[in-house]
Amino acid sequence: MMFVPGNNPGMMADAHIYQPDSIMLDLEDSVTLAEKDAARWLVFNALQSVDYGDTEMVVRINPLNTPFGRKDIDAVVRAGVHVVRMPKTETADEVREVEAEIERVERQLGCVGRTQIMAAIESALGVVNAYDIATASKRMMGIALGAEDYCANLKTQRTPGGDELRLARETIVVAARAAGIDALDTVFSNLNDMEAFRAEVEYIKTLGFDGKSIINPRQIEVVNEVFAPKEKDIAKARTILAAIKEAEARGSGVVSVNGKMVDRPVVLRAQRTIDLAIASGIIDPAEV
Amino acid sequence: MTVKQAQAGTLESGDIFIQIFPAETQGIDICLDSTVAYQFGEQIKHVICETAAQFGLRDARIEAIDKGALDCTIRARTAAAIERATGQSHFEG
Repeated sequence: MMFVPGNNPGMMADAHIYQPDSIMLDLEDSVTLAEKDAARWLVFNALQSVDYGDTEMVVRINPLNTPFGRKDIDAVVRAGVHVVRMPKTETADEVREVEAEIERVERQLGCVGRTQIMAAIESALGVVNAYDIATASKRMMGIALGAEDYCANLKTQRTPGGDELRLARETIVVAARAAGIDALDTVFSNLNDMEAFRAEVEYIKTLGFDGKSIINPRQIEVVNEVFAPKEKDIAKARTILAAIKEAEARGSGVVSVNGKMVDRPVVLRAQRTIDLAIASGIIDPAEV
Repeated sequence: MTVKQAQAGTLESGDIFIQIFPAETQGIDICLDSTVAYQFGEQIKHVICETAAQFGLRDARIEAIDKGALDCTIRARTAAAIERATGQSHFEG
């Protein structure tokens, strides 16, 4: 998910050229108070006019306890945004409040249920309530960690090793998995240290995250390389899925591949590998 | 509709800077400065006029400095400037 400031028309027009999986147009932290109204108009018009293709379009709105949040929702839902991203989410009630606003606009448009919600968790209270937030609405499609505000709230600071984020990351992944939605990691701000960025992406992939928030197109290639399944993993997944298909045809739910038992969890992992390979453009869905 | 002086946009590449002034004469009077005025000047003025009409703005002087903005950016900047000039908010909340 690539972050793009909502007050920069040049960047908004070009963002999809780099083919991120999703683009998040930001109306919150990257926009000054004096420019909130103008950025809202830019985002509203860009969503309606720029051809973003298959890219998932997300807009980070301002909180509803500011004079901007409700107008942001009105604008972006009218413009047909796919996902409204809530900043600094701390409770399930906040999600339900945003959902009610979205539904108010969707009723006027006659498209109830069109817009999904993602919540950024950026405080200790948000982490404690992660599962409640993740399950607060059927529109919830993901939760994400916002590390800078979280560290400030925790009275600590970010370190290269990321020890200060460990509990939040693990909690968010577990909450997302339990809720059946996506988990997205925080941004990595040092564009001059791509080695450390790669190490962090590998680490959060190991934790179970579905993706990484990025702030520059240069980071896309690294995320795709780390998350794309390797050739040998794809070959192994194909063998497993073929074997289980054959076993099911014989009326058996369990099979052995290369001397190892293949049961449901192994099949699910193999299917996820194939899904990721398709999403990464490595294999053609028609091949499967 | 009361119009006060207002502005929106920047002079960065891909953007347009729109200034709105109370009308000196009847109608929308547009003064455009653009590096692509020869090819797209009429189109840029058309988008500004169309946006003004959508907001019910009939009388105003609009000065625009274009830096290669797309139509959607011209619409957005004109809309923001009109909201600021008239004090009317388009979005509910």
